[in-house]
Amino acid sequence: LSIRPVLSDPEKQRGRSAAVAIAALVIAAGIPLWWKTTETYRAWLPAARISELEALQLELRVEVEVVFARGTLSPEQQKKVPASRITYESCCKSKSLCLVEADHALHTLTETSCGSVVIYIIPEASALLPQDMRVYVGRSRTALLRSQVASVVGAGLPEVLAALDPQMEQVLQTMSFNHQDVTAALTDRLRPGLSTRDSLADSMRAFKSSPGYEITFSLLNPDPKHHQLHWDVEAALDAYIYPLLHKMAPVANFSVDSQILYYAVLGVNPRYDASASAYTLSADSLAHVINPVEARLGSNAASSNPVLNFLLYVPDSLHSPLIIRNDQKQEVASNAFHSPRWGGIMVYNVDGAYGNDTQFPVDIAIDMSRVMGVFLSQLRLMLGFQQTGAPPGFVLEAAGREGVAEWELDRLLWSRSVENVATASASITSLAQLLDQIANIVINDNIAQQVASAVTALQAAVAELEAGNLALALEHSREAISASERAFFDPSLLHLLYFPDDQKFAIYIPLFLPMCVPILLSLLKIFREVQQHRAEKRAKRD
Amino acid sequence: SNPPVAPEISSSVALDFVLIGRTSAFLLLHQARAERFFRSDHTNNWAVLVCTSRFWFNYRHVANTLSVYRSVKRLGIPDSHIVLMLADDMACNHRNPKPATVFSHKNMELNVYGDDVEVDYRGYEVTVENFLRVLTGRLPPSTPRSKRLLSDDHSNILIYLTGHGGNGFLKFQDSEEISNVELADAFEQMWQKRRYNELLFIIDTCQGASMYERFYSPNLMALASSQVGEDSLSHQPDLAIGVHLMDRYTFYLLEFLEDIHPASQANMNDLFKVCPKSQCVSTPGHRTDLFQRDPGSVLITDFFGSVRKVEITMETINLTPHTETALAYVDQLPVAQIIHQKPKQKDWHPPDGFILGLWTLILLVFFRTYGIKHLKHIF
Repeated sequence: LSIRPVLSDPEKQRGRSAAVAIAALVIAAGIPLWWKTTETYRAWLPAARISELEALQLELRVEVEVVFARGTLSPEQQKKVPASRITYESCCKSKSLCLVEADHALHTLTETSCGSVVIYIIPEASALLPQDMRVYVGRSRTALLRSQVASVVGAGLPEVLAALDPQMEQVLQTMSFNHQDVTAALTDRLRPGLSTRDSLADSMRAFKSSPGYEITFSLLNPDPKHHQLHWDVEAALDAYIYPLLHKMAPVANFSVDSQILYYAVLGVNPRYDASASAYTLSADSLAHVINPVEARLGSNAASSNPVLNFLLYVPDSLHSPLIIRNDQKQEVASNAFHSPRWGGIMVYNVDGAYGNDTQFPVDIAIDMSRVMGVFLSQLRLMLGFQQTGAPPGFVLEAAGREGVAEWELDRLLWSRSVENVATASASITSLAQLLDQIANIVINDNIAQQVASAVTALQAAVAELEAGNLALALEHSREAISASERAFFDPSLLHLLYFPDDQKFAIYIPLFLPMCVPILLSLLKIFREVQQHRAEKRAKRD
Repeated sequence: SNPPVAPEISSSVALDFVLIGRTSAFLLLHQARAERFFRSDHTNNWAVLVCTSRFWFNYRHVANTLSVYRSVKRLGIPDSHIVLMLADDMACNHRNPKPATVFSHKNMELNVYGDDVEVDYRGYEVTVENFLRVLTGRLPPSTPRSKRLLSDDHSNILIYLTGHGGNGFLKFQDSEEISNVELADAFEQMWQKRRYNELLFIIDTCQGASMYERFYSPNLMALASSQVGEDSLSHQPDLAIGVHLMDRYTFYLLEFLEDIHPASQANMNDLFKVCPKSQCVSTPGHRTDLFQRDPGSVLITDFFGSVRKVEITMETINLTPHTETALAYVDQLPVAQIIHQKPKQKDWHPPDGFILGLWTLILLVFFRTYGIKHLKHIF
């Protein structure tokens, strides 16, 4: 005797429609809802433009203006060249000053924009340049080139320029950029083996492009009982260092501070050399000097910018004078050394300032111009102004007081722009690849916006480089790199912890299986009943 | 999945005029100086040392990490370049019979805690998320410098992990795990951003070799204390402290490192021989296929120490002494501009005597209304 309840037909019908309605609701509303609520939010990224960046071709264009002085062209050639008369005459008292004055005067005649070069062609027999000097590169963007082009046959303008080409190319490679510079700027993006050892050493020495740098000047006084040191660092910075940093303002922001450390000793013991009657530090022991000192230098903890340290060490009276010897055991004129990407240390001897029987502590004023001369040259190296070897016959005017010549700054801007463009495009493409590969990462709107603005700025930078506007190109490349760094290093881009598939099943099955089993079974039951009903109907008809 | 390929950028140099060939001649004066750089490509060293277990009976993991920290500091890496993550505090633990010490040798021979330990991530801050954030650099902007890994493309990084692990994972804080896939992905992201020049990965856990199986980025060298299926064993208990003090692999690693000094020429092949099966019971493993240089030419101090490259400064700039205009006291900035302080909010006070008068008025009105007889209740 079965105790199953007997359902009447309308009840059965209601039951069936209820089961179907629930199943329909689950499938039509539940599954899409679950899908939508468990998907990660991914804002749209401009994937097409990003994939264009992978095959980026850079073209760098330098604007060159060539000015022919009187006597360099024959009269027929002169007619062909579009002329504008600029007359420069001067009487100078001494030969050596002549060149500098001439350069200065010529610089005021023509307006040069950032990245462009003006070459003045002067006649072969001119007395302005000494005999063995072929090219003189001044402090601004001008170069004086000694050449004889009147003898070129077939006197059209293109032929004249073609004849001058090799020399002008040499000038431009010195003043703007050459193959080595560009590959050095791209070292970490290129296959190894493409860059020379020199350029690799240069790229290791200079800091990578960064939005800002912190510079710290420290005075180390290990012997305050004997030496009371006074250094007027503020005035010295104002006079010598800030002009350079102001010129570098389009490249990066700088923050400068200074400190005095007492009882700070070098980590190595200098050896006494009786022949020089001085204590000496050999070149190999210099590598171990920095680490013990670095532990005592503070750092400005407010930003993540790279730090440059410049230390002035005044040896204690027992170990004075202290001189640095290079590999060939010779004295070094500057008495200073530097470490790539870290900074420089200079040893300043004060033993000459007092005799044996003075009353200690002795007041000593440090000659800041000498000190800053050394620090300025080290700073130039750290910031990326390479020690360019001039080709034979070239004379490069030393930068002097301003710290850096304008064409040197242009060189740096060229390599920085290229480096920024390379780094930014590499960041964007690798970020896009990463986000593609890992489906679990949430892409917020602000990241998408940063990526879009980085791509726009990159394309603008490349366009400006092609057009030859160096200042605008640098600005755009800085924008691009800061936007791309912010997008890449956004804290929200940490992908949710790795979920292997079996873990996903383990999470969902206890939730959904108890719900799905009754639904499926009731659907099956309904399906079987419908089939049975249909079979009965067919049997009845037959 | 294929590892992403670094994009190639080709550059073409265009001048306004016709370009014929390249004639750049540079003096080879720089050759000798450049030679010294090329034994190795790095200019600075970083170390990330992580202990992932908590609780008193995991004393040995903290001692492991602190002994590597001690060696690395002794060989020259400054605290600013070390990220030390300790999941629990053993030195000041209530169960430590010798507070403020963490010993690595029994009979309390060597205190690795020392006087100047700088722990950057401590206690519950040591999580998988924070560890991955430190490696990839995706930290919130408010994170201080000491908690960041500020390495660049010429940094050599040493990463040391210790704790309890299994086949393909490492347990953090007894509640979460990091898998070898995540670790490999994190290193790949570091490589994409060129956050390291070369990386040495050392792990001292059970089945440690499984953690480096999945690496695919270049310039990685890895060492582990045991193979898959083997357990890493601890070394010796100290009966006074009551726990095992060190793990075997790190104990012998510490002994090896104590013999290294900053000018030492010992190379990686010596490091691979540390703790053979007879001493360690487990079989240490290493992986060098992703590393470009030959391990025999890699010095121990390339990763554990910080030997700087130096160059003598040959050029100086002649500067004429500047006639200084001495800054008169009156020219100096007012203190308020030097020290940026918000002006103090001055609270408004009513004029003097106002309150006294107000209360007198109130009292007068009261007594007028209700009669003077109430005065005796007040006075």
